[in-house]
Amino acid sequence: MTTIQQRATASSAKPTPTTHLPQRDLDAPPPLARPSLGKPTAEERFTVVGAWVAALALAWVVTQRLMPLGGPAWLLVTWLVLGLVMSVVTTSMTGRRVDVVDRVVAGIVTSGALVVGAALLSTVVFVVYRGWEPLLHLNFLVDDMAGVGPRDPFDTGGIGHAIVGSAIQLGIAVAVTLPLGIGTAVFMTEVGGRFAVVVRTIVEAMTALPSIVAGLFVYTVLIVALGFPRSGFAAAMALSVMMLPIIARAADVVLRVVPGGLREASLALGASRWRTVWHVVLPTARPGLATALILGVARGVGETSPVLLTSGVATFFVTNPTDGVMNSLPLFIFKGARSPEPMDIERAFAAATVLLVLVLVLFVIARLVARPARARTRRPRRTTRAKRTAEES
Amino acid sequence: MTTLPAQDSVLPTGRPTPRRLSRKATGADRVFELSARTVGATVLVVTGGIGAFLAWQSVPTLERYGWSFFTESAWQPESDVLGIAAVLVGTVSIAGVAMAFAFPLALLTALFISEYAPAGIKSTLVSLVDLMAAVPSIIYGMWGYFLVMPHAAAFSLWLHQNLGWIPIFSVDADPDAAVWDQSRYIGSAFCAGIAVAMMVLPMSCAVMRQVFSQTPPGEKEAALALGATRWGMIRSVVLPFGRGGIIGGTMLGLGRALGETIAVLLIISPDFVIKPRILEVGTSSVSALIAGRFGDASAAQLSALLTAGFVLFVITLIVNTLAAMIVARSRSGAGTDA
Repeated sequence: MTTIQQRATASSAKPTPTTHLPQRDLDAPPPLARPSLGKPTAEERFTVVGAWVAALALAWVVTQRLMPLGGPAWLLVTWLVLGLVMSVVTTSMTGRRVDVVDRVVAGIVTSGALVVGAALLSTVVFVVYRGWEPLLHLNFLVDDMAGVGPRDPFDTGGIGHAIVGSAIQLGIAVAVTLPLGIGTAVFMTEVGGRFAVVVRTIVEAMTALPSIVAGLFVYTVLIVALGFPRSGFAAAMALSVMMLPIIARAADVVLRVVPGGLREASLALGASRWRTVWHVVLPTARPGLATALILGVARGVGETSPVLLTSGVATFFVTNPTDGVMNSLPLFIFKGARSPEPMDIERAFAAATVLLVLVLVLFVIARLVARPARARTRRPRRTTRAKRTAEES
Repeated sequence: MTTLPAQDSVLPTGRPTPRRLSRKATGADRVFELSARTVGATVLVVTGGIGAFLAWQSVPTLERYGWSFFTESAWQPESDVLGIAAVLVGTVSIAGVAMAFAFPLALLTALFISEYAPAGIKSTLVSLVDLMAAVPSIIYGMWGYFLVMPHAAAFSLWLHQNLGWIPIFSVDADPDAAVWDQSRYIGSAFCAGIAVAMMVLPMSCAVMRQVFSQTPPGEKEAALALGATRWGMIRSVVLPFGRGGIIGGTMLGLGRALGETIAVLLIISPDFVIKPRILEVGTSSVSALIAGRFGDASAAQLSALLTAGFVLFVITLIVNTLAAMIVARSRSGAGTDA
């Protein structure tokens, strides 16, 4: 108020009151809209894409024509550096310093993610590319390697014995770890008490156990001390020792997020604690438990080091887990990869492809099992709302 | 006619006694509690037994060799000289190289997924990172050995030529030879570290992304409403908020990198020398030592190997516990399970 009065008195004191008219400055750059966080405008998109395209062209000229830096690696590195420089140049023509920094960081973050994606893609493509040839023969999946020399063609021999061995070892390991792991998780979350805290601490500590040490433990106890032969059973024990803390801990996390209200409702209706666990807590957590189990299996199927110490290598079908050496997929791959024979290496790559597909299938199953609960609660509602808003507009 | 209920003379007429409440389980509950307790005890005995067994087995070795077990670098059981100094240095340098690659990439990928990626593909990217974590280590080992190692050797040569004056980048070879000696640059801690980085990267990335995704949206929107650019918002809200997740995720990855066996065993050329030159051929790690020497080990050597394994376990345990504490104490309170 006072300011207005002061201004009024000041203006009345002036002899000629004037109104300030804004003048258009013809030399000033045209006003720019603030960069919005939504969809980029056409100009922004042109700035970003154009900068990177220009950088690619410039990088090609620099590396392939001006400097003796042949090869795709130099091209990519130069492209990255020049792309960032180009972004700085194009953005600073219109934007402020913060805009430049923002654009450069976006470039760095995106290229970092692209590098990781490229690494994953190169892993998968490389393994499949090196191992596709033996996979064309059906016998590779069903035969064993008994009597097959390293230079025999791919239409003899296969990894059937390794697949069977992996399945048996994992079957035993799951039969041991699943009841123990989920039982421990139930104990830690549903029974509780001071003893449960001790168990949880120890189980969490044992997830740090390197798999090779788990293998060495089983090797020392079962094979050296107790005189048990190297066998599928010993390998299964090593895998169990490795998987048990992982599954127990994952199941514990899953059971802990079961809403307490459900438990209280069940108890208030007069159910005993045992019935509450069996009919309320475990069914609620079933998708999560299944995911924990499948991810544990996916971890176990590819774990080589415990198996390397405990199972020995067989080239033929072994179905009795207590009867001598038994092969498994990761072990077959490891032995093949260390072999000097190119055919062995190719077979190892084919087995690695099979293992990769197996892990992928397990992973997709885990995702599908875990999904329904989420899809039921959120997805449909969002789509109907989206439809309604679309209709209204 | 209304019949009034007659007073039941059997019921006591005084104050009703309260129903007795007991926390003690009865019937099926008692069986349930007992069996759950038994399972818990069994698992405690099994898992705790491993740690106790390792500790107990390492007593004779430590008594025999004393401190020299940690300072001796050679591993020559035939001449009664055993020590893990070289393998510990090798383990740490491989894990260090792995983290040098994995940390920035994991951070950038986590930021990309949580802040930059279009909403439509976000869940796909999260699944891809999880899938990457599920790929067996032997496959990354083969990728590292057959695909990456020649390129890594060429890169090592370039590093040696241009940054060779830094001690860790020096190699015992002539950098400017007309035909460079590739065999001096392969099988190094650097090559193994790249493969191990692929293994630990998705794990760290998953933890970081989880913590980033729990940033309170209100604070992010406040930063944007005040005029911050996307990077300004990340720097002032997301990164400070997720600091615990960044450190914790990195340390979890480090714990995994220290214990990695197969990829390392496949790539390195075993050598028992304390070697700070990470680009040069020949290194070793505790896990590769165990995998390489368990077969022909006598009882005493087995005890020494178990001691080495115990030391490795203690180191990973410390790293993991610190990581779990940091992640749990960060403001986000996110779990450490990826």
